[in-house]
Amino acid sequence: MDRIPILRMGQFLLVTIQVDLYDRLALDLESDLVRTVSQTGANGILIDISAVSIVDSFMGRIIGNIGTVSKLLDAETVVVGMQPAVAITLVELGLPLKGVYTALNVDKGIELLKSKTSLNGLNEGPNPDNFAADN
Amino acid sequence: MAIAREQDVVPFRNRLKEQAVKIKMGLVNQTKLITAASELVRNMLRYAKGGNVLIEVVTRGRDNGIRLTFKDEGPGIKDLSLALKDGYTTGGSLGLGLPGARRLVSDFDIKTELGKGTRVTIIKWANG
Repeated sequence: MDRIPILRMGQFLLVTIQVDLYDRLALDLESDLVRTVSQTGANGILIDISAVSIVDSFMGRIIGNIGTVSKLLDAETVVVGMQPAVAITLVELGLPLKGVYTALNVDKGIELLKSKTSLNGLNEGPNPDNFAADN
Repeated sequence: MAIAREQDVVPFRNRLKEQAVKIKMGLVNQTKLITAASELVRNMLRYAKGGNVLIEVVTRGRDNGIRLTFKDEGPGIKDLSLALKDGYTTGGSLGLGLPGARRLVSDFDIKTELGKGTRVTIIKWANG
């Protein structure tokens, strides 16, 4: 069975979706990601959807779920690289993609994750610079 | 084209994409059409255990479009006006499938009969 690979990048997880997802694949990705977050203590997830041409309400719900569940596990989710046509379609569909941040590309997504997680660090005590070392 | 399992969805979308490119539909309209079709196919799979989709090219004056007919022999829809409302669902989803699909296409028609099945016809014009 196919699976979407989850790459580890310091304290973040990187997922690049290169194929059009069917439901099983998307559901597996959701559970794999949540499990990986809890196992590794990652505090950020970056999902690159630049190769995805269709996001329907089911896919949108999965992405939203990933964001919401990860948040409960103290990880922020950033979706990057959304194609403009996909963004237009999502708005018309009425899908707000709650619970996730978006950024234009991977670089900006990582910057966003860093700023989000270091802010959390300041508020909650531990020094964000130590996160990478802990892992 | 028969849709019986979720693995049929991606080949169906690819076929639809080919047709849309053939009639020179713009990328945004293509995306809207395929997303709407995806919602409807998903409904067919979830509520009616699959069905059939017919892909046709239609013409209106100078404009070409694609007409899709989704036909299933599922349980039908009890309250159509409710089913077309945003956020209403009996299947634990977001309830955006039907109303969302309707917003994404040029033309949307649905006929349903309890116990017999549902037929949804949508048209998306290449330039509209």
